[in-house]
Amino acid sequence: MSNSELQTVLELDQIIGGYGDTQILHGVSMRVDPGEIVVIIGPNGAGKSTAMKAVFGLLNLSGGKVRLNGEDITNMPPDQVVHHGVCYVPQTSNIFPSLTVEENLEMGAFVRTDDFRPRLQELYDIFPPLAEKRRQAAGTLSGGQRQMVAMAKAMMLEPQILLLDEPTAGLSPKYRGEIFAIVKTVNATGTPILMVEQNAKQALKIANRGYVLVDGKNKFEGSGHDLLEDAEVAEMFLGGGAPP
Amino acid sequence: MDQFYGIFLYIISLLTMGGIYAILALGLNIQWGFTGLFNAGIAGFFAIGAYVSAILTTAPSLRHLGGYELPYVVSFAAAMVVSGIIAWAVGKVCLKLRADYLAIATIGIAEIFRLILKNETWATNGPRGVSMIPKPFETLPEPWNHLCFLGLILAVIVVIYLLLETARNSPWGRVMTAIRENEKSAMAAGKDIEKFRMEAFVAGCMLMALAGAFIAHYLKFIGPNATDPLTSTFLVWVMLVVGGSANNRGAILGAFLMWTIWSASEILTSRLPDELAIRTAYIRIFLIGLALQIFLQRFPKGIFPEVRPKPERRQSVSDGVTDNATSR
Amino acid sequence: MMEFINFYLIPGLVLGSIYALGAIGITLTFSILRFANFAHGETMLLGVYITYSLVQFSGVHPLIALPFGALLTVIVVLGIDRAFYKPFRNSPTIMVVIASFGMMLMVRSMVQFIWGVQLKGMTQGIQRPMIFFDSLRISPKHITIIGAAIVLMLAVHYLLSRTKIGKAMRAMSDSPELAKLTGIDTEKVVRMTWIVGGALATAAGVFLAIDTHIDTNMGFKMLLPMFAAAILGGIGRPFGAVAGGLVIGIVEEISSYPWIGVEPLLNPGYKAGVAFAIMIGMLLWRPSGLFKGKVF
Repeated sequence: MSNSELQTVLELDQIIGGYGDTQILHGVSMRVDPGEIVVIIGPNGAGKSTAMKAVFGLLNLSGGKVRLNGEDITNMPPDQVVHHGVCYVPQTSNIFPSLTVEENLEMGAFVRTDDFRPRLQELYDIFPPLAEKRRQAAGTLSGGQRQMVAMAKAMMLEPQILLLDEPTAGLSPKYRGEIFAIVKTVNATGTPILMVEQNAKQALKIANRGYVLVDGKNKFEGSGHDLLEDAEVAEMFLGGGAPP
Repeated sequence: MDQFYGIFLYIISLLTMGGIYAILALGLNIQWGFTGLFNAGIAGFFAIGAYVSAILTTAPSLRHLGGYELPYVVSFAAAMVVSGIIAWAVGKVCLKLRADYLAIATIGIAEIFRLILKNETWATNGPRGVSMIPKPFETLPEPWNHLCFLGLILAVIVVIYLLLETARNSPWGRVMTAIRENEKSAMAAGKDIEKFRMEAFVAGCMLMALAGAFIAHYLKFIGPNATDPLTSTFLVWVMLVVGGSANNRGAILGAFLMWTIWSASEILTSRLPDELAIRTAYIRIFLIGLALQIFLQRFPKGIFPEVRPKPERRQSVSDGVTDNATSR
Repeated sequence: MMEFINFYLIPGLVLGSIYALGAIGITLTFSILRFANFAHGETMLLGVYITYSLVQFSGVHPLIALPFGALLTVIVVLGIDRAFYKPFRNSPTIMVVIASFGMMLMVRSMVQFIWGVQLKGMTQGIQRPMIFFDSLRISPKHITIIGAAIVLMLAVHYLLSRTKIGKAMRAMSDSPELAKLTGIDTEKVVRMTWIVGGALATAAGVFLAIDTHIDTNMGFKMLLPMFAAAILGGIGRPFGAVAGGLVIGIVEEISSYPWIGVEPLLNPGYKAGVAFAIMIGMLLWRPSGLFKGKVF
C-alpha cells in the first residue's frame, strides 16, 4: 500500500485517437495522483469526454499510452478496465431506471466475488437519501439523487480511481452544489477522482489540479487555485459564469 | 430431338419463373436494399396480386367471385393498386417503429391474408383455389406461347430495372441511402423519413403484387397453398442477399441463380425413392437457409456489391461492420 | 353460463398460459438482445419433438421428460446463438433479425427431416374431465398445464427479482451499454436469456402438445400470438407478457362464443387473426404496451 502512495494512479501519455476516421485527440497527457481530484475543462468539442472514454477503452487509440498504477491498459476493453479497478460514470443513462436503488448498487458490485453487504452499508452511510429509497425504482428519483445512485453504484467496487463525466450536467444550481459536496465526500474516503466539468469555476474550487483541453490538446494545466487565478483561463472559460 | 425440345421447354420455364422471382427480388430490393425495411410477408403481397388479377380476368364461375373478364392491363394495375393500399395501411402502423415491428406485422398480414383465402370460399373457392385463369399468348402455337410470355416478363424486368436505376441515381435515391445509413442525420437534415420509407414500402409491395399477377396467369391456377408462403418469402430474401442487396443487377442475378439451383435440386431429389424424396425436400430448405447465413456472415455484400450513385462522406458504423465481415 | 366457462373460458386460460410462457422468451430476447427473434416458435417446435422422442424412448410421462427435453433444446439454442447470432453482436440488430428469420426455416426443415410431418400425439388415450360443483368440468390435463405454468412463472419471478444473474438480465434490458461499463458479464446474461427462453418455449410447446397434438406447423402458428402477447404487455416486461398471453388466449377462444344469436361471433377459421388484430391495435394506440415497456 505504501508504494501506491507514491505512484501516479492514472496516467495518459500523449494519447491520439477518435471515433472511426475522425480524430479528436491529438496528443493529450494528464495524470492523477493518489487522493487527488483532477478536473478537465475546456470548450465544447475539445475532447474532454473523449479523453475520459479513452481511458475506459471506449475508443481506439492510434497512439500514446494509458497506464494504471504503472500497468499499461491502453485499448483494454471496458469490462477488463472495470476488473482493474477503474469505474466510470457516464454523463447520461448512468443508472438502471427499472431496478431499485439497492439493485443498482448490487449491479455495481457485479464483478465482486466477496460479500458486498458491508460496502453497501458504508455507502448508505455516505448517501443517507439512498438508504431511505433503497426499495424504490431508481428511475423515479430526482436528477440529483440519480447522480448519487450512479456514483454510489460505481463506488461499490472500491475502485482505484473514479471517472465522472459531467456529473452536474442538466442539474439546477442547488443540486450542483450538492453533487460537488458528494464528490468531495467520496474523495475524502481515499478514492482519486478524474472529472470532466462544464461548470468550471465550481469544479476548480474543489479540485487539486486541473487541465484545460482545447482542440484535442493540452492548453493549460495547474493547481485548481492557479487556474482559477490565471487571467487567460479566466477570460476564456470562467468569465461567463453559468455555461449554456 | 424430343429430349432437346424438353430441355428447351424446361429452360424457358426456368427463365420464366426466375424472371417472376426477379420482379419479387427487385421489389424487396427497394424495401430492404435501398431503405432498410424488413418485409417478412412477401408471400402475402404476392398472393394479393395473384388473386386480384385472377379474379378480374377469369370467366364466370360458380365456385368463386369472377366473371369480369377484364383485360390484363386493367387486372395487373388493379393488383398493384390493391397491394399498394394494403402496404400503405401496414406502413402507417409500423414505419415509425424499428424494422423489427414491420417484420412482425408483415408476417402477420401474410398470415391473415392466407386465412381470408381459406375461409372466404364464396370469393376464392377456399383451399381449392382459382383455376382456369387465362394466360397471355396462350392461343399462339407452341413454343411461341411460352416464348412470348417469357419475352413479356423479361421486357417488364428491363422496364423496372431502368426505372429503379433512374430513381436510385436521383436525389430521391440518395435520400434513401442517407436514411438507411444514418437515420438521425437524415432527420436532422429535415427529411421526412416516414414519407420516404412509405414510398419505398408501397412501391416494393406493388412490384410483389405484379409478380403475383404474373404467376397466377403463368400457372393458370392459384390457391392459398400454391407455394409454401414462408419458403417463397424466404427464397426471395436469399436471392437478394446472395445477389447483392442495394444492387438491382444483383437482385436480378440472385433471382435467376437461386431459382435455377432451387429448381435443379428439386429435379435431382425427385429421382430418389418417395420416402427419401420427401425428406430430402426439407434438406433443400435447410441448405438454402444455411446459404443465407453464410452470405450474411461472410459475404454480406453479395455477388454484386452496392455501387453508390455518388461518393459521399463515409458513415463509419455500417461500413465498418461490413468491411470487417468481408475481410475475415 | 357453465357452457361458456367449460368450453370457452377454461380452454382460453389454458391457451393463454401457453402463450404466456412463450411470450416471456420473446420479450426477454427482444429487450436484452434487442431483436425480434423469429425462430422462437421453432425453438418451441424443436423442444416438443425432442421431448416427444424422450417420451417414446423411455415411456415416462411428458412432464417428467420435459426438463430433459428442455435441457437438450437449450443446448441446441446456445449452439445456434454461438454460430449464427453472436457474429452480429456488434452489427445493426436487423442483421440478427434476418439471421433468426433464416433460422426459423432451418430449424423447422430439420425437424421435418428428422421426425417427418405426420401428426403425432404426446399422450395416448382420452381423459375424462373432472367435475366440480356439479357442472364445472375441467380435464386433468388442463389442471396440470395451468398448475405447471404457474410454477414456471413463479420461478421466472424468483430468478429475475432475487438472483444476481436475473437482476443483471433486467439491468441489461434497461441499458446494454451501461451494463458493459458496469462490468456485467453481458455474454453470461445473453446465455441466461437463451436458457430461460429456450426452457420456457419447450415447456409451452409440450403443454400445447399435451392439450392438442404435435405437428410441424405448431411453432409458426404460435409465433404471432407470442409476439402479440409480448407487445401487448410491453417489451421487456415478462409479467406484461404473461398478462398479454392470457388476454390473447382468452380473447381468441371467447371470440367464437355465440355472443349474439346462435352463430359464433367470429368464424373460428379467423381465430388466428385475433392476436394480429390486438397487436396492430396496440401498436396504433400504445406501442409501449400495457405495462410501459420499451419501444424501439
